[in-house]
Amino acid sequence: MSIFTMGIDVGSTASKCVIIKDGKDIVAKSLVAVGTGTSGPARAIAEVLENAGMTREEMDFVLATGYGRNSLDGLADLQMSELSCHARGAAFLFPEVRTVIDIGGQDVKVIEIENGQMRNFVMNDKCAAGTGRFLDVMARVLEVNVEDLGALGDQSTREIGISSTCTVFAESEVISQLAVGTDKCDIINGIHKSVAGRVSGLCNRVGVRDLVVMTGGVAQNRGIVKALREQLGHEIHTSPLTQYNGALGAALFAYQKALKQQQ
Amino acid sequence: MSIETFVNEFSAIAANPHGQLKAYKEAGKKCIGVMPYYAPEELVYAAGMMPFGMWGSNKKTISKAKEYCATFYCTIAQLDLEMLLDGTCDLLDGVITPTICDTLRPMSQNIRVAMSEKLPCIFLAHPQNRFADFGKQFCLDQYTHVKTELEKIVGHEITNDDIANAIKVYNKSRAARREFVKLASDHCDVIDPIMRSAVLKAAWFMDKVEYTEKLTALNAELKALPAAKWNGVKVVTSGIIVDNPTLLKVFKDNNVAIAADDVAHESRAFRTDAAETGDPMMALCEQFTNTDYDVLLYDPQSSQNRRGEFVANLVKESGAQGLVLFMQQFCDPEEMEFPYLKKALDAAGIPFIKLGVDQQMRDFGQAATAIQAFADVLSMQ
Repeated sequence: MSIFTMGIDVGSTASKCVIIKDGKDIVAKSLVAVGTGTSGPARAIAEVLENAGMTREEMDFVLATGYGRNSLDGLADLQMSELSCHARGAAFLFPEVRTVIDIGGQDVKVIEIENGQMRNFVMNDKCAAGTGRFLDVMARVLEVNVEDLGALGDQSTREIGISSTCTVFAESEVISQLAVGTDKCDIINGIHKSVAGRVSGLCNRVGVRDLVVMTGGVAQNRGIVKALREQLGHEIHTSPLTQYNGALGAALFAYQKALKQQQ
Repeated sequence: MSIETFVNEFSAIAANPHGQLKAYKEAGKKCIGVMPYYAPEELVYAAGMMPFGMWGSNKKTISKAKEYCATFYCTIAQLDLEMLLDGTCDLLDGVITPTICDTLRPMSQNIRVAMSEKLPCIFLAHPQNRFADFGKQFCLDQYTHVKTELEKIVGHEITNDDIANAIKVYNKSRAARREFVKLASDHCDVIDPIMRSAVLKAAWFMDKVEYTEKLTALNAELKALPAAKWNGVKVVTSGIIVDNPTLLKVFKDNNVAIAADDVAHESRAFRTDAAETGDPMMALCEQFTNTDYDVLLYDPQSSQNRRGEFVANLVKESGAQGLVLFMQQFCDPEEMEFPYLKKALDAAGIPFIKLGVDQQMRDFGQAATAIQAFADVLSMQ
């Protein structure tokens, strides 16, 4: 009889769910673009169950992760840190992975992986620089959708330097650039390099080893991926499931737990 | 009394220093605030007064102190000033302001100006070159100044016999705390990190005879327990202060026990005893000059990274699997030392994490994620 497990990743800006069968096949997934403290987690759970055509009772084990992992009383059987889950998810998608870069809504994590397991990690300090929130702030100032940043940055023709140290100061810099008529695409390209500079500094604290995998929603921004590749000097691998990576890792851990329970 | 009763008593005191201050004052004791680090509390005790540790607050927000301090200023020092300004410390009869770091030096003057005639402020400058004879002499001059100022407050002379007795009382207390640290690790299934912190924190607000008596009794209860069955991980904590119960609950929730500490508010404050023979004032000076392996104290052999090795050895010898470094925001000595500490830990193969903290933090979501993940890493090893 098959084992079905669910991973829920309640982030600061989005809620993601993945259901897997027997620890290897992805049955369904869902994403709601609001995170902890909102209706997002409950909606994401309802949606993934609907997509799978299953009920909560049919789940052998449900494991929560992400910033809001402790807020799912009664919905999850267990919670784990998103670092462990991202490491697990990335190792499932890319078995040769040694370095995971996860840029989330409000933090950045760099994880060193050995034999598929997390060996070391670093997180950013209490600062929004280099995070998804940084990009949200910049997109708002530039009056563009955050999802369009990658494509717009590609159209840049001129190098623009943006501060890599502080979201507030960087926002002022962007406004100054707009005031003098700098092309938005050039500013966006500068922003991408700024984020990459901040993140690569963090990467170097752990040490970057191939294969490098980038996870989290920001991995969909090809401008950031390109800037990071240039600054780190390593190929950066991403997956279409990048946003679901934490939830996938949680579902994989849930499978292990379900197996243990059955024993 | 049971372990639970002892721990509850210490916890109640640690959570309510002001209540203690009020009780001592009502009992007719004069009380002296003692700011970090390494003030000779023994002199306050020898004077017949009650020393009160001032290590900021986890409950207050900096407001009035901002008038005196730059933005990049350690919150412990700012919150001490805040409590002096907002009336929390109105019952104190004086305050000793040591000046070991670059933050405390100007803060001593901020406090002197802010308190003006309201509260006697006793300036204390420890010697940078503490190992040399001239350093010891400087320390003696400074401690004599502190003694003279305390005598003015209490209204009588502090005799050598009084100081010698205080040294014995404090040595006993330090020994009891060192033993407790060991027992708390041995019985980490009973003494969780929140309890451990409360027991050690209470020492700053209690008469040392009373404290040592209770702690010795608690230690005896712990010694009588069977060996702990611990299936979690053990770490050493390092930093200036780690006393926030909400933060420590993250340790407890993730089965992370504290095997030992390199924390200024905890073990660094009771590592070194004073000699019980010879001139008692010089014994107090030598207690300070004998203190070593502290990020706040000048090390003429710093290129050898002796402190880094000391901390790495502490992790190994305590049976911990890793180290959690709590980096106090805007603490220059700790921040500047970090690369050297990292080098020593890396060389010894000791896993560690560094968490940025300050006393105004109320949300520990990011720290909780890091500690939980670190526990995962350690348990996998």
